Amino acid sequence: MYRSLRDLDWPLLIVTLALCTLGVLQIYSATLGTKWEDAWWKQIVWVASGLVMMWVIATFDYHSLLGRVIYFYIGAVALLLTTAVIGNKVFGSTRWIHVAGFTLQTSEFVKIVLILLIAKYLTDIKAETLEWKDLAKLGGFVAIPMALVMKEPDLGTALTYLPILVCGILMAGLRWKYLLIIGSILLVTLPIGYHFLKPYQKDRLVSFIYPDRDPKGTGFQVIQSRIAVGNGGMWGRGAKESSQTHLGFLPVPHTDFIFSSFAEEHGFVGIVIALALYFLLIMQVVQNAQTATDKAGLYICMGVAALLLFHVLVNVGMVVGRMPITGIPLPLMSSGGSDTWSIFLMLGLVNSVRLRRFVN
Amino acid sequence: MAILQSEHRRDEEITPDRLLRDKPNSASGKVAVFQYLTAAVFVFLVSGFWKLQVQNPDVYSEAAERNRIKSTPILAPRGKILDRDGRVIVDNKASYSLLLNRDEIKPEHLPAIAEALQLDYSELAKKIRRMGNTPQIIIKDQLTRDEIAWVESHQDSETYPEMQLIKAWRRQYPQDGFAAHVAGYVGEISEAELDSPQFIDYHQGDIIGKDGLEREYDHTLRGVDGQQRVLVDNMGRERQTDTTQEAVPGKDLHTTIDLDLQAVAELSMEGKRGAVVALDPRNGEVLAMVSRPAFDPNKFTGRITRDDWNEIANDPHKPLMNRAIQAELAPGSTFKPITALAGLETGVIDATTQFHCPGGATFYGHYFGCWRKGGHGTVALHYGIEQSCDVFFYNVANRLGIDRLAQYAELAGFGHKTGIDLPNERESTMPSTRWKMRMFRQKWYAGETISVGIGQGAITVSPLELAAALGGLGVGGHWYQPHLVKTTPPKLLREGNFNPENVQQVVSGMYAVVNEGGTGHVAQLPNIKVCGKTGTAQLASNQVLKGTKLGQSMKDNAWFVGFAPMEGPQIVVATLFENGEHGQYAAPMVRDVMKAYFDKKARAAEAQNARLRPAGPRVDSKAAQPAMAALAVPGPGGGE
Repeated sequence: MYRSLRDLDWPLLIVTLALCTLGVLQIYSATLGTKWEDAWWKQIVWVASGLVMMWVIATFDYHSLLGRVIYFYIGAVALLLTTAVIGNKVFGSTRWIHVAGFTLQTSEFVKIVLILLIAKYLTDIKAETLEWKDLAKLGGFVAIPMALVMKEPDLGTALTYLPILVCGILMAGLRWKYLLIIGSILLVTLPIGYHFLKPYQKDRLVSFIYPDRDPKGTGFQVIQSRIAVGNGGMWGRGAKESSQTHLGFLPVPHTDFIFSSFAEEHGFVGIVIALALYFLLIMQVVQNAQTATDKAGLYICMGVAALLLFHVLVNVGMVVGRMPITGIPLPLMSSGGSDTWSIFLMLGLVNSVRLRRFVN
Repeated sequence: MAILQSEHRRDEEITPDRLLRDKPNSASGKVAVFQYLTAAVFVFLVSGFWKLQVQNPDVYSEAAERNRIKSTPILAPRGKILDRDGRVIVDNKASYSLLLNRDEIKPEHLPAIAEALQLDYSELAKKIRRMGNTPQIIIKDQLTRDEIAWVESHQDSETYPEMQLIKAWRRQYPQDGFAAHVAGYVGEISEAELDSPQFIDYHQGDIIGKDGLEREYDHTLRGVDGQQRVLVDNMGRERQTDTTQEAVPGKDLHTTIDLDLQAVAELSMEGKRGAVVALDPRNGEVLAMVSRPAFDPNKFTGRITRDDWNEIANDPHKPLMNRAIQAELAPGSTFKPITALAGLETGVIDATTQFHCPGGATFYGHYFGCWRKGGHGTVALHYGIEQSCDVFFYNVANRLGIDRLAQYAELAGFGHKTGIDLPNERESTMPSTRWKMRMFRQKWYAGETISVGIGQGAITVSPLELAAALGGLGVGGHWYQPHLVKTTPPKLLREGNFNPENVQQVVSGMYAVVNEGGTGHVAQLPNIKVCGKTGTAQLASNQVLKGTKLGQSMKDNAWFVGFAPMEGPQIVVATLFENGEHGQYAAPMVRDVMKAYFDKKARAAEAQNARLRPAGPRVDSKAAQPAMAALAVPGPGGGE
């Protein structure tokens, strides 16, 4: 059968490329005169190669991918284990492995596998609602890679697996009774879970709630990000004119805190435009879920939408001081190869679902 | 069947003409929920930006500015205090001060900083709590070499980043309390001063004049501190100088003090208690002012320690007191020229009026003794002043009555402040019926007038007031306001429309005191017609000193006031020698200062002549500069 470029989700692609453009420009502005000066053209390379990957994935029938998902899953877990053994330790965390000259963050690619796995599992269930047995199995599938990623340690990325699971379960249908029981169990166990956090993670939570307690220590990033955002005002300080970004007060202004530096340079107006683009992006993915021809397609698209929403909420929320610091990137804008690629791969899945609307 | 049909119809509506593998539309409600949730998340995020960027952006732009701009005060040097010839009395010396940046202060650092710099921790902590919105606070001045080294090795971002060294100016006063009371001293502004509206434009930690000229002319001497603003990055490294607001140095203060005279006066009072004041009676310029014992103002500069302060403040000799303007004591016989002039002007006596002095006299039932127990015999005005015969002046005062005496005394400045440009001048007392009624609600008894006539009783005066009073009399009854700053125009306070002959009579009596075997012969100078008057004041009226345990305290105070030359006085000098026993012991100080004055004039005239007649015969200058070379004047601040 014939698949043409014409059939791709062009609105989705335009919004995506608009965000990537904002990202590249902001990376260029934020890293000017720093040791990351070449990050902007690297990002162009990531985006260009990501587009190719997206097209490749889109040409696959997602059903054939779903059929092989158990192998992907085994491969993903093996990859995480490999990372733990031979991975590079950077900033006290083992997240990266070298593959053919690239440094890849393996945990980013696990997201795609989990989206497919959950879609596959939920499609195979014929019942209207999920039973405890299903919840346990799904939970188990997600828990294994989550545990491995948390062990790296990388709490932020591990947490991004949860919205995929939660969204899938809710889409498949959950009895109110189960929802209530799970809700109450979480309410009880969360405070206990706090004690198992690493000290720096506890500090981050505390400094999120009380950033002024230790302004030079863990609260530093929260406060500096807030100052950068506020310094932008309505119209922003202008590209390359931002003091918080260019005098190094913002931590990593081209990756996790790119939105802070964007907010400082382009102000509230720029922020509204960028957030509007993200909103359109997610809505377009959701639209593909609505037009999917089967539940598998719906689950895949909703998984991607949930993941994107979670990323935007946590990253932008952190920038504006409304979420604790977790260190997860902003999709499409943050400088980084693995997360850019993984987003494009997911968008490839969404396009694959879209293209199969016409299949009998 | 109907149910199936309706379901089929709904399928058609949503995915028309498409074949379905299963039924994804069963989740459409949930997808809608997700869309609402997404919208809510974005509203939540946008509202966050709204709050930071639109509602109160100033808070954050200021915070960003504080982040990147490190401003360091550039301290303005205070103006110098100069003598009448432009020689430096009070100077500044570059030093280093330590300040703490408020934003970076960590309470746990303070004990270590206090210990290393030998500061009192509790005082330091208190000061920092009080600093409010001041971005920086200076905690120590005049750091020693060791302290500078310690600060430099500990001010890195890991140790005590709040510390910052800045260049400062140390006030440098002459050694050994030379001119200390005139110059005053500076210190850190106190809480009370900060609260007072007078010092509204001062800040915590500022240095302010505390006494003397430093206090009186603080606004002139004080400069405007500048600020250096430096762009810094997150590591505190300086990226570039932003703007620099230069400090405006304080203005120099040109005083009327003559360092040569001041030096002689200082030396003459060495080891004594009291004061010397030299004025130009023609315009009120203060040429020299000494108060002893003195203090070392260098100890006060900047932030004095409490121990040092207590030691000086609790000294029973009161070294901080400027006796020249604050010692209010009975003038004794130095008042007699005033009594004499009042007698002549009112006509109760004339130059020939004689009284008999058998060594004492009885008025209103009380016996008043003369200082010479054997008596002076028959005494007229000239001899009465020369020998300071008490009985003569008892009679004059008795004829005058208190109010006529007070009228002339007040004209000469008794009972008034001179209004000199120094803080905390005390007011002299001139008793009168009105004064007694106001102070004690009692009527005046005629018997009280008798002691006042010889400068005893309730009458008090300070050395400055006495110099001004008799100097004004010497120039024929023109009293100018004493002042210390050269640019102040002479201000005539009071004028007496006296018969010049009467003034001449009194002045010639005072000439006799020095030159005709009177009580002040010590004050004689060759070729200079010095007039003067001794005074020996009993301390009976000085209740304060009476109570102290000082061994000397019950000895009489010695006064001497002299002016010269007799025709048209150019200088008047008053000396108070506390517990000096007799007025003649106060005369040498007056003589030395006058000698210095006239010697200097002679030298200046000689230099003038030498310039005018360069080819003429060279005058041997040795004879003309005797005393000054021998005195080896200690220059201000020494030769360091």
